[in-house]
Amino acid sequence: MALFKTLSLKINHAFSKIKNKSGLTELELKEAMREVRMALLEADVNFLVAKEFINKVTSKAIGSDILRGLNSSQQVIKLVNDELVELMGSRFSKLMVSDSLPSVYMMCGLQGSGKTTMCGKLAKILAKDNKKVLLAACDIYRPAAIKQLQIIGERSKTQVFEKGQIDPIIISKQAVEYAKTNGYDTVILDTAGRLHIDEKLMEELRSIKLAVKPTEILLVVDSMLGQDSVNVADRFNQDLDISGVILTKLDGDTRGGAALSIKAICGKPIKYVGIGEKLEDIEPFHPDRMASRILGMGDVLTLIEKAQDAISEENAKKIAKKIKNSSFDLEDYLDQLNGIKKMGGMKDMLDMIPGLSGKVSAKDIDDKSFDRTKAIIYSMTPEERHKPEIIKASRRKRISKGSGTSVQEVNKLLNQFEQMKLMMKKVSSGKFKFPF
Amino acid sequence: MGFFLKLKEGLKKTRESISRKFFEAFKTKELDQKFYDALEVALISADMGYIATENILNRLRTEIPSKKISKPEEAKTLLKKILLETIDYEIPNYEFPLLILISGVNGVGKTTAVGKLAKLFVSQGKSVVIAAADTFRAAASEQLEIWAERAGVRVISHSEGSDPAAVVFDTLISAKTKGTQVIIVDTAGRLHNKKNLMEELKKINRVIDRELPNSDRRNLIVLDATTGQNAVRQVEVFNEAIEIDGIILTKLDGTAKGGVVMAIAEEQNIPVYYAGVGEGIDDLIPFDAKDFIDAILD
Repeated sequence: MALFKTLSLKINHAFSKIKNKSGLTELELKEAMREVRMALLEADVNFLVAKEFINKVTSKAIGSDILRGLNSSQQVIKLVNDELVELMGSRFSKLMVSDSLPSVYMMCGLQGSGKTTMCGKLAKILAKDNKKVLLAACDIYRPAAIKQLQIIGERSKTQVFEKGQIDPIIISKQAVEYAKTNGYDTVILDTAGRLHIDEKLMEELRSIKLAVKPTEILLVVDSMLGQDSVNVADRFNQDLDISGVILTKLDGDTRGGAALSIKAICGKPIKYVGIGEKLEDIEPFHPDRMASRILGMGDVLTLIEKAQDAISEENAKKIAKKIKNSSFDLEDYLDQLNGIKKMGGMKDMLDMIPGLSGKVSAKDIDDKSFDRTKAIIYSMTPEERHKPEIIKASRRKRISKGSGTSVQEVNKLLNQFEQMKLMMKKVSSGKFKFPF
Repeated sequence: MGFFLKLKEGLKKTRESISRKFFEAFKTKELDQKFYDALEVALISADMGYIATENILNRLRTEIPSKKISKPEEAKTLLKKILLETIDYEIPNYEFPLLILISGVNGVGKTTAVGKLAKLFVSQGKSVVIAAADTFRAAASEQLEIWAERAGVRVISHSEGSDPAAVVFDTLISAKTKGTQVIIVDTAGRLHNKKNLMEELKKINRVIDRELPNSDRRNLIVLDATTGQNAVRQVEVFNEAIEIDGIILTKLDGTAKGGVVMAIAEEQNIPVYYAGVGEGIDDLIPFDAKDFIDAILD
């Protein structure tokens, strides 16, 4: 609930004074950018990253013609979002596979970031890719860490290589050897969590790297990390030259600004995200979703974008006029339905609206019912579409037959349309306000 | 990518400690805009959050002129005073038998904190029993048993996947018959947005209410000092579910300073009880607000 409120309401507020004129002044833009900065900081984006980002977007906005166009507030939000997406890497980058098998993935990170669980998740998706995976227990410090990995191995049906609490460098070497001789093509090393400033333990990681030359070194980070994320990522990257990042615990209301900070400080791709406690809860990283999350606005941007594609400005104006003088008819309704279809269907749209996403289940919304509605309208004569009030019993019967539906369904559609027109009247007379 | 390069340059400075940023702020000659800007950076770097930071800065902006403060050193004293006022709480003394219910999100160090807490009470000559109510995470009770052995206390546990409320119930019965002075309940990590898990926690809480209605009881949430503003939300939701009495702030031995407790104090009014400052079993200490602030600022 607090999600959408944070940024878009505030930006709207900053822009509210100018809602009815087209274009923004530089001062108004700066005001809006202050809100964006605050949103970034509240999302735990590092303050310097936030500062640089704001400077960049501001100058870009001033240099473009955004400020003069229609709907500039939305355009600015879109610009902010596009820049965020670009910075976080615009496409999914897969795990590298080694030429000489096995591929070795070394997991590292702070304590409690979720490495061991992530090992199981990775093992599971790699197994789906027909890889034969070996998990290696290199955390010899945390009480029961080996046992935890074994249980996760059982759950993910992956073999676990463990040698008890001996030198982790030896364990990792032996694990790779074992994989070679026993036909495993992938080894995942679960190393112990450690502080980035713990010289001795960081040295241990460097030694493991030297000993097994991993295909990838993956830094596992908690997406709830605060301003310190840059220190952590930078230290691990400096010491180990990591190849990628995995974000964990990215479910619920975590804004995850750390993702942007980490990407900014080490420039390495974010490869996967953990989104829950179960071993299936892993996804490839989507920069666009992450951007909306950081800004606290769901996927509303995608929605704006799709709406822009689907509905031309001219068309929108035409409809608005029709709504105003109550001449909106079933023909126009049909156009709108086709527009929604173009935007990916109702289900997709609802998923993108913050606060609604996940709350309206798929069974509540049936995109097929749109098709039936369309069929019903297609079975009407132009006159009927224009003046639905002339559709009485015998016409209803004919229409239902023509569209392969029932009379009840035709009745339902006509009633809904009547309701809708009433609602439109309210909206256009200003008694009803859209939330944005 | 020019953006990254530029950032890297800038971030080199970030790598310096938070104290360093406060030092930079207070080394200015005049208490001008530059001073406030530098101070904003320092407060935000300490994870105090934008809103708490602005509140603090606003107080300084009014109090510095009204108190006719002109030297940075005096401004620093004033800042310390403001911060201290925010988080300095009088924590009521424990009465025994005492029950401590530990909760928090995943990976913050709950089990470790339970082990250290047990040791702390043992060293005060108290008898302690631990309820291993994290029946979800793989090998959680094994981990707890190792800690309990180190602390020399009993653990009551059931098998993985069993009802945590039942573990708590058995522990309470055992503690009653043995006259144990301190009961510590370790629960599974749960993200605060998971409704059914929060319900499970409420159930544990109800079992305790029913079985130990008159005992001293503290519900403590464990927060990771490296966590950012999400910690505010964590406290809010856990507090709604089971009424949180206090915070255990862990992982203060890294480079993060846990300034988010400032934001939490402002919004939720919940005190910090303990601070975790290292991996050893004795590295959990009663929280001292003054030391905490000095550690951030000096």
